[in-house]
Amino acid sequence: MEAALRPYLATFSARFQLMLQYRAAALAGFATQCWWGGIHIMVFAAFFAGAGAAARSPISLAQVITYTWLAQGFLSLNPWSGDPDVAAKVRTGAVGYDRLRPVDAYDWWFVNAAAWMTARAAPRAALMFAMTAILFPLAGLSAWAWAPPADLAAALMFTVSMLLVVLLSSSIVMLINICVAATLTDRGVNSFVAPLAILFSGNLIPLPLFPDWARVALFVQPFAGVVDIPFRIYLGQITGWVAWAGLGVQVFWIVVLVGLGRLWMGRVMGRLQVQGG
Amino acid sequence: MPQILVEGLAKTYRVAEREPGAWGAVAGLFHRRWRTIEALKGVGFAMERGELVGLIGPNGAGKSTTIKILSGILRPSAGRCEVDGLVPWVQRVKHVARIGVVFGQRTQLWWDLPVIEGFDLLAAIYRVPPDRYRATRDQMVGLMRLERLLGQPVRQLSLGQRMRCEIAAAMLHDPSILFLDEPTIGLDAPSKLAVREFVATLNRERGVTVILTTHDMHDIEALARRVVVIGNGTILADSPYETLRAGVLAERRLHVDFAAEAPAIDIPGVEERARDGRALELAFDPAVVAVPALIARITADHAVEDIRVDEPAIEEVITRFYQLHGAEEA
Repeated sequence: MEAALRPYLATFSARFQLMLQYRAAALAGFATQCWWGGIHIMVFAAFFAGAGAAARSPISLAQVITYTWLAQGFLSLNPWSGDPDVAAKVRTGAVGYDRLRPVDAYDWWFVNAAAWMTARAAPRAALMFAMTAILFPLAGLSAWAWAPPADLAAALMFTVSMLLVVLLSSSIVMLINICVAATLTDRGVNSFVAPLAILFSGNLIPLPLFPDWARVALFVQPFAGVVDIPFRIYLGQITGWVAWAGLGVQVFWIVVLVGLGRLWMGRVMGRLQVQGG
Repeated sequence: MPQILVEGLAKTYRVAEREPGAWGAVAGLFHRRWRTIEALKGVGFAMERGELVGLIGPNGAGKSTTIKILSGILRPSAGRCEVDGLVPWVQRVKHVARIGVVFGQRTQLWWDLPVIEGFDLLAAIYRVPPDRYRATRDQMVGLMRLERLLGQPVRQLSLGQRMRCEIAAAMLHDPSILFLDEPTIGLDAPSKLAVREFVATLNRERGVTVILTTHDMHDIEALARRVVVIGNGTILADSPYETLRAGVLAERRLHVDFAAEAPAIDIPGVEERARDGRALELAFDPAVVAVPALIARITADHAVEDIRVDEPAIEEVITRFYQLHGAEEA
């Protein structure tokens, strides 16, 4: 078992460490995300100050604020572009070299994608937490801070849900990667997926703020599982069986998208074998 | 039973073609014309365990396609190919675990990782047991004198240093076959020598079977006992290096430095190739004109200061060979 996993574990840890080296990128990303988060929160504050908005909203301003800081802190886990390494390999034709490794091609790219995302998310989320969850309350800005989880159960479920986020996001990134390998460029698919991911994950507007008639559809689509479901669990905004259903939605999409990705990858790699890299 | 068996290997590609210019681009949106390219047309050869074969041919001849099929990257359109009893593109994972591949124009190491970490990662990917990995690695590091390079990120290495690391990297899982696709391309003379020496040692002492493609005939001269010449997707020759050389061009060259302005030499079977003041280069076939007789005739008629006989450069031999077979690059 351990021997079977060794190539993937080693690849994950190498890529993770490599990505952690990019400190300037992490700081720049953090600064951008603070800026974005600040604007989001100001817009939502103005919205909630409007007549009757707060009374009719299914989610409070304080919850939206925490939701926003979480979304900005974990932005790198949002699958809105393919793995740039795959794009570079496709462009230079080095995909052939990947075919020379005695590993499952899908799994290998998958762990690369997971490492690429988590290594970028970890420092940014830590910085975001330090600033908005620790410094803000100390500075008397508790009203604008990243609040602690609703309760212990919410915290535990959130942890599980975040692990599922990594798998779900990687499975979506894999679909983008395979599309890049099939079309030989990352431009088209990235610009197509990015708005979908940002909008339907809840990153732009928390999904509870969408109209009632769209709620169920939004809850069961795959992008909800990368932002909305875990963060609402954290806030205690969904609890009990709805929260479990949320985890179920995440697992369902992981299974479906990984299955789809494997099938598609097999076809694309088969075609590469026929047509040349 | 040969270790590598290739029979009737064919590979055709389809490439989209369009008329030149803007109108062609628009027309191409509606109707694509496809052109079929035959990269390989029935290539066949066999190799025994421990052999070292040089695969040569002009650009576009099908060398790299052959290597890519043998290593499992490409699937041929027709033909049979077995390496150690496995069909490369069918049993890919099992097959690639037993071979080492180096493409001179690409890197398999991680650009931003120090060499040693790239080696560690490869050992993990190939599931090499840790103690066996350490032994092989230390041996390779010693052979290739990589001690001082191990801590450097790959992007900081010179091409020659990198190529030494690349070949060492391809050997870490102790493959029984090594495919080297233009391993000396762009290298300076000392690096070329180091690579040749390394490959020769691997072949001789570890019994590694080697297939080497190159455009540098000195690689072939130094390493390959057997040469397979490929051109236009077919095998033009498969013979010992000496046979190839003797068969294609028995021609010798006579360089003469005269005491005065070089005279015109009119001897049947002897051709003037170059002249420069008092120096003259003559080409002749030793089977037609014997060397002692030729020298005797020239020195009898003229005052001569120096005289040398040599063979034409290997590049010339091979160019002549390609021309004879119509195998120049299209």
